[in-house]
Amino acid sequence: MNQKLHLDRHHLIRQLTQMLRIRRFEEKCAELYAQEKIRGFLHLYIGEEAIAVGVMAKLTPEDNIVATYREHGHALARGLSMNSVLAEMYGKTNGCSRGRGGSMHLFDKQHHFYGGNAIVAGGLPLAVGLAMANKQQHKQNVTACFFGEGAVAEGEFHEAMNLAALWKLPVLFICENNQYAMGTALALSESETNIAKKAQSYGMPAVQVDGMNVVDVESATVKAIEYINTNTSPYFLECQTYRFRGHSSFDGQLYRTKAEVKQWEEKGPVIRLIKWLQQNNHFDDAELQRIESDIDNEISQAIMFAEQGEWESISDLCKGVYTPANHTTSISTLQGEQ
Amino acid sequence: MTSQTLTYREALRASIEQALIEDDKVFLMGEDVGKYGGCYAVSKGLLDTYGAERIIDTPLCESGFVGVGIGAALGGMHPIVEIMTVNFSLLAMDQIINSAATMHHMSGGQLNVPIVIRMACGAGKQLAAQHSHSWENFYAHVPGLKVLSPATQNDARHMLGQALNDPDPVIIFEHVMLLNESGEVLDKPDADMEKALVRRQGQDISLITYGGCLHKALSAAEKLASLNINAEVIDLRCLRPLDTATILASVAKTHRAIIIDEGWMTGSIAGEISAIIMEQGFWFLDAPVKRLCTAEVPIPYPSHLEQAAIPQVETIITSAQAIMAGEQ
Repeated sequence: MNQKLHLDRHHLIRQLTQMLRIRRFEEKCAELYAQEKIRGFLHLYIGEEAIAVGVMAKLTPEDNIVATYREHGHALARGLSMNSVLAEMYGKTNGCSRGRGGSMHLFDKQHHFYGGNAIVAGGLPLAVGLAMANKQQHKQNVTACFFGEGAVAEGEFHEAMNLAALWKLPVLFICENNQYAMGTALALSESETNIAKKAQSYGMPAVQVDGMNVVDVESATVKAIEYINTNTSPYFLECQTYRFRGHSSFDGQLYRTKAEVKQWEEKGPVIRLIKWLQQNNHFDDAELQRIESDIDNEISQAIMFAEQGEWESISDLCKGVYTPANHTTSISTLQGEQ
Repeated sequence: MTSQTLTYREALRASIEQALIEDDKVFLMGEDVGKYGGCYAVSKGLLDTYGAERIIDTPLCESGFVGVGIGAALGGMHPIVEIMTVNFSLLAMDQIINSAATMHHMSGGQLNVPIVIRMACGAGKQLAAQHSHSWENFYAHVPGLKVLSPATQNDARHMLGQALNDPDPVIIFEHVMLLNESGEVLDKPDADMEKALVRRQGQDISLITYGGCLHKALSAAEKLASLNINAEVIDLRCLRPLDTATILASVAKTHRAIIIDEGWMTGSIAGEISAIIMEQGFWFLDAPVKRLCTAEVPIPYPSHLEQAAIPQVETIITSAQAIMAGEQ
């Protein structure tokens, strides 16, 4: 498929809307967490929205996605309903993983959304395997694998890089370099802090991208997918970004200064696009308010949906560990029946 | 039914070959499975027939290639992943336990992982403390996995096919001391893969075992018969889920049990079975349950120490005699 970057007004407003949906949704999630509606860990994507939104805009419905525990934004940008995502975070049976996964394990087979992996770098080999399955079945689809720069220190990162390049598999690696692995700055954990360079050493093209600019991310994705499809080989994007909130719900943020956070917030992806639209595309406050109001409604609906969801019966506790006996074929139906 | 005599290795190879022929979603992947012919020569010759797309040599990265196998299974394939030995599988434990075993559950039942992971295990070849262990229990501990231990040539021939027909991740342990042993292979499996089998009928005492210890239990039973002790031998075959009913039915009949397990005793499968008997079959018992396991030591290199560490026919016989004499 020939991907082109269409930067018309309509598309930019759509991208802004997607980023705002994620931003407002997660701001609400933080409130719901304080109210103890959402429990466990809560890893917010606030500040990094341009990456998921920029990349997802260029994926086809048949492409695969592997994400991390900071994946609310990826799920929403991919098209999972806000209802099913929030209900999952509530732990209700109407959640996208029937409530069994929670915030860190959002799954949706229909959307080829393979989670929600909370083992740092654990998703990378899975993405390489999904790409291998596509190649073996002669399907021209991309597997997009999102991970943080903390994953780069793990052996699984390097094993996956090597296998994807060695076997020429159609994987789009997207490193969301938000500068800190929990509280450890990149320079404190890596001898070489240019991550794209590391990927290049495996023989795949890799570029650094401004991950705070949704247009840059989308444009880099277009090039990446074109390369992957033409060469049936992996491609690597290192998106420079920053999370405005703490690592998770438990983070005193002792490792960085308020001034540093403020500096990054000023070049945040949402504010930047709004300003640009206002300057160049006659984007007025009324239009922004309409978008915000639609998002408010969507969030209210999602809260209602999650509140009304049911708790799974404790008598069903041990269900869902193995595939039920009535499973007709051992071949996964994920892609086989399309 | 046709019958032929094959070595355990030949039986394994035939099972892989049949899977490759019958299902184009099946491929074999692992270290040296192709050009080298397999570390234990199980896949010798398959590369020539089935090509490099289906017999895939991997770099030395257990976590990486097992994870790739899991991903390929999620994507609709039926991978057979070979890990040279259970010792190396520890490097892939993250993927096996955190990914393969959890995916179905974490996704609320949407996904399943039809992967089969084969690995060699067991002592007896003087390969010392990093190539000789029996850690079936590590994997049998994990909900979401199924764990098989083929002890006979017929199970070596048919369990892989059964495992591939299962929609969930299955781990198969192949004991290295069985590879050269010959035995009868039929054209169908002895039973469902999750069923334990009575390999020898008896009424005096149950010898419960699996994998590399089965033939030891059977030879002990033969010798015990000449001593007027009629032992029943249970081959567990599947270590997760355990066929509790077959274990309890045997103990209900014999009232005595020895569990022979090449794993270390602490935290062993033998301990688990002992607890099951205690909880569900306590009133059947005429004597305490006995565990014969590997000594609590990394497997040593010299043959006499290696053999002293693992369960032996002689110890099975003397233990059974002691129990029958009420000496335990």
